[in-house]
Amino acid sequence: MPDTPILLREQQYHEIKAVLARLRMDSSAKVVFLVDKDGQEIASQGEVGSLDTTSLASLAAGNVAATGGMAQLIGEKEFPTLSHEGERESIHICVIGRLLLMIVFDERSSLGLVKLRSRQISNQLATMFKAVTEASNQDLDSPFAGITDEDIDSLFS
Amino acid sequence: MTFINYASREINCKIVYYGPGLCGKTTNLQYIFDSTAPQSRGKLISLATETDRTLFFDFMPLELGTVRGFKTRFHLYTVPGQVFYDASRKLILKGVDGVVFVADSQEERMDANIESLYNLEENLRAQGYDLMKMPYVLQLNKRDLPNIIHTEDLAAELQRKGEPVVEAVASSGAGVFDTLKAVAKQVLTELRKG
Repeated sequence: MPDTPILLREQQYHEIKAVLARLRMDSSAKVVFLVDKDGQEIASQGEVGSLDTTSLASLAAGNVAATGGMAQLIGEKEFPTLSHEGERESIHICVIGRLLLMIVFDERSSLGLVKLRSRQISNQLATMFKAVTEASNQDLDSPFAGITDEDIDSLFS
Repeated sequence: MTFINYASREINCKIVYYGPGLCGKTTNLQYIFDSTAPQSRGKLISLATETDRTLFFDFMPLELGTVRGFKTRFHLYTVPGQVFYDASRKLILKGVDGVVFVADSQEERMDANIESLYNLEENLRAQGYDLMKMPYVLQLNKRDLPNIIHTEDLAAELQRKGEPVVEAVASSGAGVFDTLKAVAKQVLTELRKG
C-alpha cells in the first residue's frame, strides 16, 4: 500500500514559508525551496519568477537519491549536503531527514554563508515538519474522505 | 506519497511507469505531453543517454482538474528499463502512489516482461510496498505489431491481482489515456480510504 498522505495545513505552510523567508534574507539567496525526498515541492520563497520549481524539485530529489545510493555503496549512510557551483548561479542542497532544503544563490552570496545559515535553520525545519507528519497521521478529517466516484470521473470527462 | 497542501489547495500524487527496456514507457509520457494543453502540464524532463535510452528517469507533472476544491496534480515518472539500471529503478519507486506496468506484446519480449515484473515486485518490497495493495494497471503495449501474443495469453501470464488490463499502441496514443485514467482512479480511491 502507498504511504500515508502528508497533509500540510495552511498555518503550518505559512510558518514554514516564514522560516524560509528568513533563511533567504540571512543567506542573501535568490530562492529557497523545501522539497520532500520524493520530489514534491513543499514551499518556496524568493525570486521564483519563471523558474520551473516542480521540475527543479523532482530533479533535486533524483540528485539526492542518486548520490545517496553512491554513499551507501561506499559505506556511508548518505551525503548530507550537495553543492553545485555554476558560473553565475549555484545550488546548495541540505538533507534534513526526509526533507531537502535547496538554496539557489548567485554572486551576492557565497557557499560558506549559505552552508552556515542552512545549518543553523535545519533543526527548526526538522521539528516543524515532524509536527506536520505527526498531525497527518492523526488527521481523520481528510478532504477526500467523502469523495465520490462521480468526483473522480469528472476529472476525466 | 500523496502530498496535500491546504494553503495552495493542491494534491500531488506520484505515478511510475515500469517495464522492460524499449517497451514504450517514455512513449506513453511523450504522447500525454504532446496531447495535453500546455497549461495542464509542465515540462517533460528526460534524463536520457545520447541514444535516447532512459538513463535515470523521465518526469512530467500533469494537472487533471479539481476535486472538492483541490487541484489534482499527478507526477508521472518512468524508470530506465535496461536491466543494469536497477539501482535507479529502486530510487524512483520511493514514495510511489500508483504503478503502470507497460508490457511489450511481442513474442520475443515475453521473458523480458516476466523478468521486469519480478523486478518490480522485488523493488517495491525493498521500499516497503506490496504490489498486491498498490494501485496498479497492466498495459499491453505495441498491439499494432505483427508478432504479438494473444491478449488473453499475455494477461494470463502477467496479471497479478485482477488489475485493469489496457491494450495500447503508445506511439499512436491508443490506450494511453485509458491507462492513466485507470491508475489515477485507483490512486484517488485509495485517498478516500484515508
